[in-house]
Amino acid sequence: MEIKKGLYYTEEHEWVRVSGNTAYIGITDYAQDAMGDIVYVELPEVGDTLKAGDVFSVIESVKAASDIYLPVSGTVLKVNTELEDSPEMINEDPYGSWIIAVDMLDDTELDQLMDAAAYKEYLSEEN
Amino acid sequence: MHRYIPGTEADLARMLDKLGLTSSEDLFGDVPGELMLKGGLDLPEALSEQELVRKMKALSRKNSSLDDLVCFLGAGAYDHYIPAVVGQLVSRSEFYTSYTPYQPEISQGTLQAIFEYQTMICNLTGMDATNASMYDGATACVEAAKMAVDSTRRNTIAVSKTVNPEVRKVLGTYMDLCGFKIIEIDMDNGVTDLVRLKELLAGNSDLAAVIVQSPNFFGIVEDMDAVGELLNGSKTLFISYVDPISLAILKKPSEYGADIAIGEGQPLGNSLNFGGPYVGFLATCEKLMRRLPGRIVGQTKDIDGKRAFVLTLQAREQHIRRSRASSNICSNQGLNALAAAIYMATMGEHGLKEVATQCVQKAHYAYRKLTESGVYKPLFDKPFFMEFAVIGPVEPAVVNNDLLGAGILGGYQLYRDYPEYRNSLLICVTEKRTKAEIDKLVETMLSTAAKEGSGMA
Amino acid sequence: MRAYDKLIFELSREGRRAYSLPKCDVDTLPIDELIPKEFIGTAPLNMPEVSEVDIVRHYTNLSSKNYCVDTGFYPLGSCTMKYNPKINEVVASYEGFMNIHPLQPEETVQGALEVMYELRKALEEITGMYEVTLQPAAGAHGELTGLMIMKAYHRERGEDAKRTKIIVPDSAHGTNPASAAVLGFEVIEVESNEHGDVDIEKLRKVLGDDVAGMMLTNPNTLGLFEPNIKEICDLVHAAGGLMYYDGANANAILGITRPGDMGFDIIHLNLHKTFSTPHGGGGPGSGPVGVRKDLAKFLPVPVVEKHGDKYTLNYDRPHSIGKVKSFYGHFAVCLKAYAYILSMGAEGLRNVSINAVINANYLMNALKGTYKLPIDRMCKHEFVLGGLENENGVTTMDIAKRLIDYGFHPPTVYFPLTINDAIMIEPTETESVDTLDAFVSAMLKITEEAKTSPELLKEAPHNTPVRRVDEVTAARNPIIRFSKTDVS
Repeated sequence: MEIKKGLYYTEEHEWVRVSGNTAYIGITDYAQDAMGDIVYVELPEVGDTLKAGDVFSVIESVKAASDIYLPVSGTVLKVNTELEDSPEMINEDPYGSWIIAVDMLDDTELDQLMDAAAYKEYLSEEN
Repeated sequence: MHRYIPGTEADLARMLDKLGLTSSEDLFGDVPGELMLKGGLDLPEALSEQELVRKMKALSRKNSSLDDLVCFLGAGAYDHYIPAVVGQLVSRSEFYTSYTPYQPEISQGTLQAIFEYQTMICNLTGMDATNASMYDGATACVEAAKMAVDSTRRNTIAVSKTVNPEVRKVLGTYMDLCGFKIIEIDMDNGVTDLVRLKELLAGNSDLAAVIVQSPNFFGIVEDMDAVGELLNGSKTLFISYVDPISLAILKKPSEYGADIAIGEGQPLGNSLNFGGPYVGFLATCEKLMRRLPGRIVGQTKDIDGKRAFVLTLQAREQHIRRSRASSNICSNQGLNALAAAIYMATMGEHGLKEVATQCVQKAHYAYRKLTESGVYKPLFDKPFFMEFAVIGPVEPAVVNNDLLGAGILGGYQLYRDYPEYRNSLLICVTEKRTKAEIDKLVETMLSTAAKEGSGMA
Repeated sequence: MRAYDKLIFELSREGRRAYSLPKCDVDTLPIDELIPKEFIGTAPLNMPEVSEVDIVRHYTNLSSKNYCVDTGFYPLGSCTMKYNPKINEVVASYEGFMNIHPLQPEETVQGALEVMYELRKALEEITGMYEVTLQPAAGAHGELTGLMIMKAYHRERGEDAKRTKIIVPDSAHGTNPASAAVLGFEVIEVESNEHGDVDIEKLRKVLGDDVAGMMLTNPNTLGLFEPNIKEICDLVHAAGGLMYYDGANANAILGITRPGDMGFDIIHLNLHKTFSTPHGGGGPGSGPVGVRKDLAKFLPVPVVEKHGDKYTLNYDRPHSIGKVKSFYGHFAVCLKAYAYILSMGAEGLRNVSINAVINANYLMNALKGTYKLPIDRMCKHEFVLGGLENENGVTTMDIAKRLIDYGFHPPTVYFPLTINDAIMIEPTETESVDTLDAFVSAMLKITEEAKTSPELLKEAPHNTPVRRVDEVTAARNPIIRFSKTDVS
């Protein structure tokens, strides 16, 4: 199971990459593997303002439809429209396939998230 | 033993022995004693097949069927002719004793038939996507309302008073207990009051959808283009409740800008069966396809590259999404949808058009004959499809009583749902009715009016 | 026949007709004088143009691609795929039942109302509930109706805002949490203990005055009877909640015990499972709901009643939740269930359960040495195996697909979620011991094949009209209708 350094992680298996005040968000290798072949990614509207913990996307595979939770509050700046035609990108390259980019409201929320080492430990505890 | 239970006493004894048990009582040893039923069920002794037939035939004869009575009653369930092939094919046991097609390799018959049904419903309504059917038109309406609430994230549904009262009652029950609001749009001269609708749209920012029926409960063809225009560009969805046979002549929901088309599919090849089982259809545009509840059949290929059909988009459904499912629906009305598909294929475009045309012509002939003397007046002054409402000098119960005496099932008594319309009957004329039957209806109704009318001040 | 591969649209030829209509014998007027031109549609309907022979050949050939109860065994756990008696089909086709309008005057449908009333009474007796409604269209619909009644009950006591939680066991059928969620309840899952029963201690922890009720089936989805059912009901009642019984597994307890006696307040039954009405390839079913006496006022209207020897539809129930479906329910399905109950009688129904339970234990016993049996306990009408030891990468799915080559419909797989690689088997009482032996033999052969020739399983089935299908593409790029522009 790949875990990339330099990213923040959540207990719901999302990753966050910070660039200035923008947070790029995706799901981890563990998550894409558990879901199986992804068939559809529901995206929010650009401009939506959401709180940490809100469901911002639903990812459907053949065997499940999973809610994806927002790690940090903010306004949606961009959504990855490539996922509309090629949702399988997330299976192939989970860390390269961001789902949304959010203009953070409060970057101290990042302190609540795990780093790569903590996420690795969290995963081994889970199993 | 019993004809439906192959296990003989000997089989049972052998199996108990193999399990190391002495009697069948042992099988329920883990049921607490105080819960074991004492003295058996209080039900009559089993009937042999012959006795069952005798009893059920007698019961069926206590009903007057539409073979005994000439039907001029509609109001949500319709007496159309069902070609013989429908009943014959639907009673093939490979169709009716098969299970839900979760194993596609051994269910291609069911899956392909439903795929074809989905195609035909899309063609009929002009919409892009539909599912494998809902329980009935009323629950299809509920599901459409829920789709609108989910996709717009708003909580209020506006429904016209001219929508079938049964549908509105069911919608009301669900919306009340699911925590959504319903606003009823007033009617004006038998159609949805568009002025009130416009006011409603302007004044309410929480409107998820507007539901209008056409032909409406009174049989009137509503101005759906006008409703579509009012909703054009707004976030509020336009849900249109339609009669499938009427779509052979009238504009399709897609043509007047509906986002979701729903209706009762019973008129398509399904017997009246005292109210059920029927089949609801729910069709929508591409954008809302993934919000469709229930089962959907999709086309794909198998590992040999052969075209194959399979239940798809199942991740939204209850057996996977569980508490996150948008709907709890599990079954569709498989056999009823099959009957509808066979009917549509059998009638084809020409047949459906001819049925619809005869409905229109015969209903308008009845309307002319009934109202020409002025004894019965039209309740509304609006164009209609195959049902129309008249108001007369006599209580509708009396009219219908006399009609019954003449072997005719009269129209629907409107005051039951619209207490402001006393002495009014909603009369339905389908393609099955003949000139002689219609003339007799008119003659009897006129004679009732004459009889009673002469006694009234 | 089985190689038949045409869509009805592909059979279409211009000018072919399959219907006939008598000529219109009334005076006619041009349509646009009757209905304004702007309301008239001009778009084509694109229905196929075929002859009657085409229709019959097409659907007959399609049907031959289906497996069905009439051709073979369906050991589907939780589905009760029992034999569908033919006389019930005959009865349902009597003119006096099939061809009556729901809105006819009551005096013209006394026979139909009598059927509904008598079925109601019979189901009340079978379940030990006070009053039954026949209105819900299916099991899931019955669940929803039952939960609506639960909500109405709490609302009357001013507690519905507070009581927002529904407890379900982790082994529950998907419709249970889905139905609860539709009504806005929060679903709390409670774990089973190692015996497969509801863990009473864990249940105590989640009970409180925010609980509306609990949904259970008994026997549970593992086919095990909850010995502590009375205690569970008492606990939930003490917390002010109601007990809901999912009747999917009623085939195990007919004439043996009753949910009403166990302490349940609201129940639903599946007529298309326990009461032999056909599955129809996905429907129609019927899901009657039964309640205890003080909840009867919430039942949907109308209610079928008997006064003297007259039957009526009573709409005067001011506390009713309203209607959950148009008209009265699936009358034709209820009719078949009624005919079934008449054909079985009290003793027959009891034998149904006895045979269903014996058949299940017989199979469990024969398979448990070879397949994993997570909970080795006498079962009721169904049991759950845990798949093989993942020999050569062979999965439960592969076993299921290989069974098809042996002429059997696979059992329910990957449910309940509490057992890994679950295989849920329910033989029902309408299978003979010969069929059961043949099934065991196939299951055992498959375990051998898993060791010696696993590719036979991984590529199964081999002899069906289509083989394993690509579900991923079907979900990624859904094609859910035929268009002439599609290249297949």
